[in-house]
Amino acid sequence: MTAALSLEQAPPLSVPLRFFLTAPAFGMAAAALLAWAGPAALGTRWTPAVLALTHLVGLGVLTMVMAGALFQMLPVLVGVRIARPLLVGRSCHGLLSAGVMALAAGFLGAGRPAFHLASLLLGGGLGLLLAVVGTGLARAPRMHDSVHGMRWALSGLAVAVTLGLVLTLGRGGASLPLARAALTDTHLAWALLGWVALLVAVVAWQVVPMFQVTAEYPAWLRRGLAATTWALLLWLSAATLLDWPAGPPAAGLALAFAIFAAQTLGLLARRRRRRADASLAFWLLGMVALAAAALAALAGLLLPLPPALALLPAVLFLAGFALSVVQGMLLKIVPFLVWLHLQQELGRSPAALARVTPPHMHAVMPEPRARLQFLAHAAALGTLLAALAVPALVRPAALLWLVAFASLGANLLGAARLYRATRHRIGAAA
Amino acid sequence: MISEFMTHAHRECDALFASAEAAGGGGDIDRTRDLHARFEAALARHLAMEESVLFPDFEAATGMTGGPTAVMRMEHGQMRGLLAQMQQALDAGALDDYLGAAETLMILIQQHNMKEEHMLYPMSDRALAGRGDDIIGRMQAV
Repeated sequence: MTAALSLEQAPPLSVPLRFFLTAPAFGMAAAALLAWAGPAALGTRWTPAVLALTHLVGLGVLTMVMAGALFQMLPVLVGVRIARPLLVGRSCHGLLSAGVMALAAGFLGAGRPAFHLASLLLGGGLGLLLAVVGTGLARAPRMHDSVHGMRWALSGLAVAVTLGLVLTLGRGGASLPLARAALTDTHLAWALLGWVALLVAVVAWQVVPMFQVTAEYPAWLRRGLAATTWALLLWLSAATLLDWPAGPPAAGLALAFAIFAAQTLGLLARRRRRRADASLAFWLLGMVALAAAALAALAGLLLPLPPALALLPAVLFLAGFALSVVQGMLLKIVPFLVWLHLQQELGRSPAALARVTPPHMHAVMPEPRARLQFLAHAAALGTLLAALAVPALVRPAALLWLVAFASLGANLLGAARLYRATRHRIGAAA
Repeated sequence: MISEFMTHAHRECDALFASAEAAGGGGDIDRTRDLHARFEAALARHLAMEESVLFPDFEAATGMTGGPTAVMRMEHGQMRGLLAQMQQALDAGALDDYLGAAETLMILIQQHNMKEEHMLYPMSDRALAGRGDDIIGRMQAV
């Protein structure tokens, strides 16, 4: 494990920032959609509004941030430079953004052309991400657990995207090779576990020790989690598509990620850094939610859940785990990268060195605002969970999500503005 | 050998840092100044040990002067810049600025330590095999 946020290989900061700044906009769009659709939206997983919501969050927020983070981390982590990073970053970002909009429009009734357009745009954008990052990982001169893990996670994305494209073509009028419900379940499992959860785990074993000064994750977990997840996902896919019992692989997956959550909570509880901050709160909440999602999924396998709770594991996973952890990461990585890039810039212009000091992390991301962002997120999550049982709370929950994503967006925008302003000062002083 | 000794030193610096940061977060400026001075002394000594003993010996043994040690020296420079910023903040009684610079330094140190503990120290153990005791002795004399 030799990850380092050093910059000899890193792309310009605008490459990851473009993705990071777009994510809250899709989050706000999802919140607005939930407010508009109201309680009827959460009836079952299959309402058009829920399908649109899931993809606005899963692709527009989570995959958006992860793509930006991969473009940033890949060169540093594996020592492979991305050719023409600005062009690749902008193209991937543009295709992904437009594709998510087309897909959401398709689910909300825009008809077959929207699905055709979404297939093209998302196939192109995610295909580009897979090709660039995949090639980089394949050529990695340095091998360590995170490179292996990222390969598995990226392959998980490839499976999820392929199944998603098949389903989208089906929506566009093509006939499907297999039952839509089984394909959808399989697509969902690969997207949530093979991609989102696995990538979070791989990134966690780099950034949790770095940001919270903890011991490292145990080697057995770092070496075993990805391959285990893949084996169980293959078993689950076969079971779902061929109508075998899906309980054992599903339970195995729930257990695997519950263990990851418990390990993370254990490391954080024994962290050497004593100060608690908003990022830590996001990670703790995210890991508790992941463990709860796993328990809820296990409970659903053993006993029939009331219909109102059918969405509980998915809400805990997406809103409770993934959205929390991604924000916990952004709160550290953005201010640190801003500082590091400015530091590097100063290193190139000694004349400015005496006159400009790069803003420290709390100047880039003020702690009180980060705390507000966490409180808004926690309130939105709590209300959304309550809304599963009390439908009247769906619209208040949607409004709180709007506030929470606006708060994330404002904090990221503030960081980007300070970065730009300081760069200008360095340029003027040089 | 060298790995173990230096990794242990990293953990000691972490502990001293955590105490100073916790005091700063609690708003006790006198205690923060006191604990920061201890952290800074330990960190400065560790950097000096590497720059005056370990890195030159590593470079002489491997012939790599522009490689990992050059990156490590550059990051040491960035750490010293942040230490100066923290000292300025303490002198001005600005605990918020102290904590902001402190967190930046901590992340810089953690990613730096990972590179040293996973690459540079194991490489040193191999390149300087049999000379570990001598090198550790000279580092302790810094």
